[in-house]
Amino acid sequence: MNIFKKTIFSVLLSILVMGNVNADKIRIGTEGAYPPWNSKDESGKLIGFEVELAYTLCRYIGQQCTIVEQDWDGMIPALIMRKFDAIMAGMSITAERQKAINFSQGYADEVASLAVMKGSSLEGLDTPAGINLTKPNAEAKKALKTLTAALAGKTVCVQTATIHQNFLDSGDVGKVNVRTYKTQDEVNLDLASGRCDAALAAAVAFSDYAEKSGKPVVLTGPTFSGGAFGNGVGVGIRKDDTELLNAFNKAIDKARKNGDISRIATKWFGFDASM
Amino acid sequence: MDFELMINSFPKLLNATLITLKLLSVSLLIGLFIGLIFAILRLNRNIIINKFAYCYSYVFRGTPLLVQIFIIYFGLGQIESLRSSYLWIILKEPYWCAIIAFALNTGAYTSEILRSAFQTIKPGIIEAGKSLGISSKIIFYKIQIPVAIRQSLPAYGNEIILMLKGTSLASTVTLMDLTGVAKYIISTTFKPIEVFVVAGSIYLFLTFCIHNLIQFLEKKYRY
Repeated sequence: MNIFKKTIFSVLLSILVMGNVNADKIRIGTEGAYPPWNSKDESGKLIGFEVELAYTLCRYIGQQCTIVEQDWDGMIPALIMRKFDAIMAGMSITAERQKAINFSQGYADEVASLAVMKGSSLEGLDTPAGINLTKPNAEAKKALKTLTAALAGKTVCVQTATIHQNFLDSGDVGKVNVRTYKTQDEVNLDLASGRCDAALAAAVAFSDYAEKSGKPVVLTGPTFSGGAFGNGVGVGIRKDDTELLNAFNKAIDKARKNGDISRIATKWFGFDASM
Repeated sequence: MDFELMINSFPKLLNATLITLKLLSVSLLIGLFIGLIFAILRLNRNIIINKFAYCYSYVFRGTPLLVQIFIIYFGLGQIESLRSSYLWIILKEPYWCAIIAFALNTGAYTSEILRSAFQTIKPGIIEAGKSLGISSKIIFYKIQIPVAIRQSLPAYGNEIILMLKGTSLASTVTLMDLTGVAKYIISTTFKPIEVFVVAGSIYLFLTFCIHNLIQFLEKKYRY
């Protein structure tokens, strides 16, 4: 019995010690379900633009990193509760999120767009190719009006707690039925099944789904930036962690200068989404 | 602790509780009906009918409710021919998908609860009815069913409470029930503890009410 107790004690102790060994690694949280930003391969290994970029940035910082998987809807709370030290999960820099956490400078541009199934009445809307909502010009305002009329009474699906949900909730395109899902995968499934009249997310998320599933998903309307869509994607860091924030900002500077961000972005997106 | 957030989110969560209660009551009602039918089928001596009823309760008690709701919502939505049929009018709506999953699930448990209640009825009660010359049909409706329902009250109360907590899974198929709205508030405030404490308290209060209601009924129908 005594030996048994000793064994348990030493196992518990070693778990505690192991926890401490990990302490000087930077833990980076990502979702692993938003391809091509971050996702998982068949074996369950985390892959994607941000996973590769995270390891690159850590090399510049000069510290080891571990990447931690975390559901999207608990991402910011998990950072605040110290389950990891930084977020790299396609998270756009918005004023709302900046109330809770800090962001590094942006490392990539997320271009949002509506998507519908081929043959939908919402296909081929008469709008400019892209609008900026930070200071909407006459063209952007007209596009929002067109969208308001087209989306009236329609069901638009988004992933929960995203800039896309914020935009639809802001009322810029009038009253639409917003349906929220835990993951982008589920949004894609319900868009394909016809439960959603349209979906809103990063344009690359839809083209990735269309390519992999072979479903006739097409983009429609303008691409969105600014306003509720924030100012690029950055690394989310706890408010009190200025040291790490500075380290990431410097690392992003270096990685940008050396062309690493452009290279990795082109590899995963098919175009240079770096900023 | 952000008490202001707790107070501000309370009315929104209370509003969402109505959806939770609607999901619970509708699925329990349909589930009770399904459960009663399958309990009677389970008592049938015909081996095919008996096995069929057994399979139903085995499958729905043997798989997680989350899996059932996902199969009904996301799974059936993938079938092309179903989408062009009339069934799609119902299955298109997350509300009805949730109700179907909950009703089938609680129906399976209820059928087992009622079956065991039927089997524990003392033969003497039925024999007493027979000796008074009452037909076996009337004995079934007027004696066996009421006694079985009384016998199953404690177990059924448990099932109602389990189902109340089960309805929180409706939020996984986009329904804005108590859990769904709590998650929504968290998604804009990033403060899960405060909001979940309030939502949890509402669930606890509902459980308290159900528990007391069942206890009241148990006392009232004591024999």
